[in-house]
Amino acid sequence: MLPDLEPDALVALLERMIVARRFEEELIELAGDRDIGHFHVYIGQESTGIPALSLLEPGDLSFTNHRNHGHLIARGAEPGPMYAEILGRATGYCQGKGGTLHLASAEHGFPTTSSATGGCIPPAVGAGMGFQRLGSNRVSVCLMGDGALEEGAWHESANIAAMEQLPVIFLCENNSLEALGQRAGEYPSSTMAATELTDLASVFGIESVAIDGLDVRAVHEAMARAVHRARNGEGPTFIEARTVRWPGNRPIWPELATGKTDLSMAWDISLIGADHASWYRELDGLLGFTRELLTVGFFSRDIVIDIDELATERVREGLSFALGSPYPEPEEALKHVFASRGN
Amino acid sequence: MAETVRFIDAISSVLRREMERDDDVLILGEDVSYGGPFGATAGLSQSFGSTRIIDTPISEGAVMGLAVGAALSGHRPVVEVMFADFVTLAMDQLVNHAAKFRYMTDGQLSVPMTIRVQGGVGGSYGSQHSQSLEAWFLHVPGLKVVTPSSVKDAAGLLASAIRDDDPVVYLEHRGLYWTKGLVDLDDAPTPIGSAAVARSGSDVTVVAVSRMVDVALLASQKLALDGIEVEVLDLRSVAPIDWATIDESVRRTRRLVVVHEAVVTGGLGAELVAGVSATAFEALISPAVRVGGPSTPVPASPFLERLYTPDAEDVIAAVLETLSEL
Amino acid sequence: MRKMLYAEAVVEALRRSVQGDDRVHLMGQYFLGLTPHRTMVGDLFRQYPDRVYFPPIAELGYVGAGIGAAIAGLRPIVDCATASFTFQAFAQILNEAANIHYMSGGQTSVPMVIHYNHGVRGGGAAQHSHSPQAMMWNTPGLEIVTPSNPADLIGLVLTAVASDNPTIWVDHVRLFDTEGEVPEDIEPIPFGRGSIRREGTDLTVFASSWMVHRSLEAAQILATEGISVEIIDPRTLVPLDEEMILRSVAKTGRLLVVDECHLRCGIGSEIAATVAEHAHSDLVAPIRRVATLDVPVPFSPPLEEYVEPTTAKIVDAARSLTGVQSGD
Repeated sequence: MLPDLEPDALVALLERMIVARRFEEELIELAGDRDIGHFHVYIGQESTGIPALSLLEPGDLSFTNHRNHGHLIARGAEPGPMYAEILGRATGYCQGKGGTLHLASAEHGFPTTSSATGGCIPPAVGAGMGFQRLGSNRVSVCLMGDGALEEGAWHESANIAAMEQLPVIFLCENNSLEALGQRAGEYPSSTMAATELTDLASVFGIESVAIDGLDVRAVHEAMARAVHRARNGEGPTFIEARTVRWPGNRPIWPELATGKTDLSMAWDISLIGADHASWYRELDGLLGFTRELLTVGFFSRDIVIDIDELATERVREGLSFALGSPYPEPEEALKHVFASRGN
Repeated sequence: MAETVRFIDAISSVLRREMERDDDVLILGEDVSYGGPFGATAGLSQSFGSTRIIDTPISEGAVMGLAVGAALSGHRPVVEVMFADFVTLAMDQLVNHAAKFRYMTDGQLSVPMTIRVQGGVGGSYGSQHSQSLEAWFLHVPGLKVVTPSSVKDAAGLLASAIRDDDPVVYLEHRGLYWTKGLVDLDDAPTPIGSAAVARSGSDVTVVAVSRMVDVALLASQKLALDGIEVEVLDLRSVAPIDWATIDESVRRTRRLVVVHEAVVTGGLGAELVAGVSATAFEALISPAVRVGGPSTPVPASPFLERLYTPDAEDVIAAVLETLSEL
Repeated sequence: MRKMLYAEAVVEALRRSVQGDDRVHLMGQYFLGLTPHRTMVGDLFRQYPDRVYFPPIAELGYVGAGIGAAIAGLRPIVDCATASFTFQAFAQILNEAANIHYMSGGQTSVPMVIHYNHGVRGGGAAQHSHSPQAMMWNTPGLEIVTPSNPADLIGLVLTAVASDNPTIWVDHVRLFDTEGEVPEDIEPIPFGRGSIRREGTDLTVFASSWMVHRSLEAAQILATEGISVEIIDPRTLVPLDEEMILRSVAKTGRLLVVDECHLRCGIGSEIAATVAEHAHSDLVAPIRRVATLDVPVPFSPPLEEYVEPTTAKIVDAARSLTGVQSGD
């Protein structure tokens, strides 16, 4: 369902979701031509990250994990310096020091990405503690997956956040659910005895909710409520956003299993064949959101096509920029170990 | 019968062989029933079932502790830690428990576990997936630590590690996984605590571990063209260290270079140079030289990554340095 | 000038930090361990209740929280109590705090201080007697300070708190009852500047933290035997005052490193290797290390004494070093 927003705002969400989608598709194609190292894509989860993070203000901090590309795009990071960082170029946000696993853009509220599962949780809680003690009304968002709930760091941090009623939002993207007709236990799997993930937060008295991550309205509402609570000193919130894992994310390395997204599937179901039919019909949040926008009067297919063209162009320009960027000078490897001590 | 196999396959074969040989051997780790991220445990689940090939949650601390408990109750667990950097999440169980129980109980308890750890630079994995942490492990009394560089030793040391009654940290470098070598599973296991002479020479001793052994050998080939004969020692065990072999070599060549991929400061090289400076001090006719990683985290960019790791040129420069002072 | 107990200096350092900068918050309460002195730090907490956080028994969680708080704009001083407990938080200290500035290409800083009490304390046994600074030293990105007396403690902590980097503040419960003179107008001490605790000509002893005191004791004994010992106290391990060490070795020609970390790959190894690399021609004798033996620390007092670096061991090592000449 659609959130209660002005058309402009809805267009902005669609635009960012398409940018995030095309960004990842171009990246997977690039990886087919050359070795770009280990990376993870956000395809299938755009309907969660983009609307949720659109509710943050400058100054709010978000701590994310290895599946971070969509998150950064959600908060306005540019494809160019993102690709450049992923490709290890000097023009990347981290000048090649971090790569995809450690993408950071302080300007956009991403101080660091941790790629040790659960590594982002304690610092996210700590930022909340910092804001609380500084008397600030900023909030801290912990962007985690369902796997992170297996780590001891979850338990310790959730307890602290609850005890101190910190302005933290735990946005847990559970992308491990089975889809219709899919096999159980896909790789990598999450191994968790708890059957309701929200139990792992509510046991600490943390306000917890499980929502359909494909439902943009549900995401927007849950996040808006969580942000409001946090800013008003009402404590942490745990949101489990459920999506089904994109078929292209099932192998160890991402593959374009469902091809490049054809947005016209949103209005022309004859384009949907037998393969991955459930994905195109029900489980791709981007197609779902597009379909919903089209049922509302002020949108048309042409607008969608235009947005897609512009987004695709923007992404491709970003990739060109990155591919044309130089690698860093070797001595750069010695810099930024320490702040303000000359290196 | 000897076969040419890849390093990773040698590991798989030994795991299978040890599990066939001893019902107490268990394998624990994330996704081990699928083979793990690099395929080391592929196929074992079909043969031995889920009571012996155990998929664990992403809970490194708990899993290490679980393995300690399993070891104490009569099993021989082989724990797979996906990336060396994640051992940080299990340090208390490894350092304060696994390494200590035999001692704290005056020998009553034994912890026969093997901790397989994959690590090292390569593939632009970045600062949190590329560290070599042997210096930490060898600093903890109660742990044995091995670093196979050849396919033969990958097999031989893993067998020794599994059969050892003490906790053994078995450090694998993913950059070596696809290298090939000859191995005969019927050969006796490689003893822990024994270095190998990878190349004999008379002018300088280069002690290397893991992937750096090949780098040292390459450097030696180039130096031989200039008439400089390098002796390369493949340490193989980082705890205990085979001081006898190092000592004998250094007394003969009178020059020492140490090369490892890990950070130089506080690294294995420091222990090796310090040890030689104590026991064979008068043998050295020039200062020892350490070659290793700079004091920075590992950068992600592939270009910076290549610069971070020592190469043959770095070893050659170090050797020449030891030869330049008299 | 006034005389102060080291434990008092710890509280003084915390007090000055809290008073000097609103952003300084204390996380954790065992700065003075469970020693009788802990009431002093309790007084400080009562005076500044808004500036203290008492965490649950969740080292990974609260040290990581300290990182986040630092990123959000505080300057936290996080206490881990006994150094052995830092193993619980290793992932956050070494895989996060140490890396963040670098991984982000300099965009994000982590201005926090992490405090612990390390080493053999008498009956601590195997799980409470570690000195993890050798391991932390092996991970780039952390500053490490090792005060050995009250004046240095305060000066170093002031700098640590002002630093934008994650800093490990290494303390030892056996230091708490030692005394020292502290100037009224104490200044922050810059990192990377060691101190010559005792001048001498026959032997350089490098020692840090509690071992400085044992070395001073040993030096007094050795002086009566005509052996003149120079003691170098680095004050900070990262950055390290290498120059001071090398100058001293150039003068004396002999090096003995005293270190409470385990021998194998301890601090002593790095100091020995550095001197071996850069001052080889100045040395007239092998480099010796006196460190905690490579066994877990046992409980019973005679066993504990057997494994730790005692004053007697330092004296013996010094004697054997000064009795040895090169060229034999």
